[in-house]
Amino acid sequence: MGTQAPEDVVERLRVEMHYDKPIFIQYYYWFKNVLRGNLGISLVTKHPVLEDISELFPATFEIALYAFIFIAVVGTAIGVFSARYSNSWVDNLGRIFAYFGIVTPQFVFAIMGMLLFCYVFKILPSMGRLDPTLTYPAKITGLITIDALLQGNFIVFFDALKHLILPVLSVGLGGMAQSTRITRTSVYNNMRKDFIAAAQSYGVPDRVIMFRDLLKVSMNPTVSILGLQFATTLSNAFLVELIFNWPGFARYGMTAMLQKDLNAISGVVLTVAIFVMLGNIFADIVNSFLDPRVYLLSTSKE
Amino acid sequence: MEKSLLEVKDLNLHYVVFGGSLKVLDGVNFRVGFKENIGIVGETGCGKTTTMKAIMRILGMTTAKISKGEILFKERDVLKMNEAEVQKFRRREISMIFQDPTAALNPVFSIKSQIYNVIKYSQGTEKKLTKKERKDLATKALSDVMLPDPERVLENYPIQLSGGMRQRVCIAMALLSDLDLLIADEPGTSLDVTIQDQILELLNELVRKKGISIILISHALGIIKNITHRTYVMYAGFMIEAAKTTELFSNPLHPYSKGLIASVPTLVGRGISNGIPGHIPNYSNPPLGCRFHPRCSYTMPICKVEKPPFLTVSDTHQVACWLFKKEGDKIGK
Repeated sequence: MGTQAPEDVVERLRVEMHYDKPIFIQYYYWFKNVLRGNLGISLVTKHPVLEDISELFPATFEIALYAFIFIAVVGTAIGVFSARYSNSWVDNLGRIFAYFGIVTPQFVFAIMGMLLFCYVFKILPSMGRLDPTLTYPAKITGLITIDALLQGNFIVFFDALKHLILPVLSVGLGGMAQSTRITRTSVYNNMRKDFIAAAQSYGVPDRVIMFRDLLKVSMNPTVSILGLQFATTLSNAFLVELIFNWPGFARYGMTAMLQKDLNAISGVVLTVAIFVMLGNIFADIVNSFLDPRVYLLSTSKE
Repeated sequence: MEKSLLEVKDLNLHYVVFGGSLKVLDGVNFRVGFKENIGIVGETGCGKTTTMKAIMRILGMTTAKISKGEILFKERDVLKMNEAEVQKFRRREISMIFQDPTAALNPVFSIKSQIYNVIKYSQGTEKKLTKKERKDLATKALSDVMLPDPERVLENYPIQLSGGMRQRVCIAMALLSDLDLLIADEPGTSLDVTIQDQILELLNELVRKKGISIILISHALGIIKNITHRTYVMYAGFMIEAAKTTELFSNPLHPYSKGLIASVPTLVGRGISNGIPGHIPNYSNPPLGCRFHPRCSYTMPICKVEKPPFLTVSDTHQVACWLFKKEGDKIGK
């Protein structure tokens, strides 16, 4: 509705969306609809918000998923090595890398990566999820790489993977830097504990101590942070999606915000909130598996 | 002189800390014979545990640096071993029981997975154990240390066990491999006196049965007196006195040893003594000469300049103190 809209049309929309009622009544109507799976109609696209989101969400989820794996695996590995070789060049390099990752905004990585790998070296595609000459695989999960794998279409799989590299790195580097620092601190503190010296004294090789004894006892803070980071990755991807012309949900949310598309905004916020919750619950469950004290202490209080 | 199992010669070690170093060990010398029980006494912070960790080469993950010295185990220098040799050495020849059984067990692994891991590496790769053999071995190790219901203990996590049980698990794990030397670093110190007594009795018996040597570090002088053959007194990073245990207790020579032995409270008579005035020195800037001289009531001018050598008083008694230098003794350096 433009600025020129007549008074009575505006009024009709206000009543239709219950804006004339007090805020808790508005919340009641909204919540009732949400429970019925109705997130309202986007004022911009004129589609139901739920449809829009389920259409766009897999694209963002694909980036978030790979970024999360990258954060978890690479971040933790660098963290462990930094702690093991603390205050050596390995640690210092990891430290510089981590601070660099934390302070640099995602879109800078995106633009720099694009400039370097798409323009100068021309080895990676710069736009979209798939090469225009290829057809999308039939939709099963909505994640192109996984759909392609399920259908055994390796050409599409590798092409989609190639398209993913830069967005995933841009989204994931900051989080990876964070989990590197947290893992390092935790491992570094545990390394001096007697049980590590004891494991060594029994003749367990250092390699096993590092990635078994030490890692399991040090993972709790990292896992908690990772639980939060997953949701952050989802919602923070909008600039990266804009740069790589990625048909994603974060970008949809950003556009909705700029155009005051209230139904779409609340839909996007709700989705992110659900993932924040899921991420935290999942982190807690993983933590209780990693550290028996979490559930042993909570059940022994009977 | 008879052959030694372990001989530590002039071991110097410092910890690298921000803005300098802590010179913790300053020429540690001692030896352990075959089937000999050695006691080491000395106040907290004098470097006993650090020395033991240096012998086991388990200081790798800390900032400790060994600047000088030799650790000869069966005439091989432990400090010059490569990684594979060190691991074999730890698996087959030496083991250690740590001070605090709560800290010495990894809190996030069950007792079973910790013991199995030790079995896996202590038995070497040549023989693969079946699941049943492995379980039998673990159960036997636990029942050897008088743990009731070993099957249940195996399933537990360290926090589900009492302090005494944890200590027993630690001993069981340390004794899993065939070894020649067991280092017991204040076993049972964090436990109550009756449990401590049981643990030490158990340890003494196991050691006798297996015919191995033991280095017992303890603050409980009564225990040292009962179990060990020879005793070393350590102060601020070096050995100040070595003697047959009975001789040390009846006739301590070094002023510090005298103070230490006199500080044992007695039930009748003088009650609690005053102990030794002062504190262990600051390792970042230790006193020159004899490190004990600021606290010693017999300080002579030479004590402030030169470190006393280990002087042989008799066949069974040595002391590092200038008071016992006889005329005509040749002083090195």
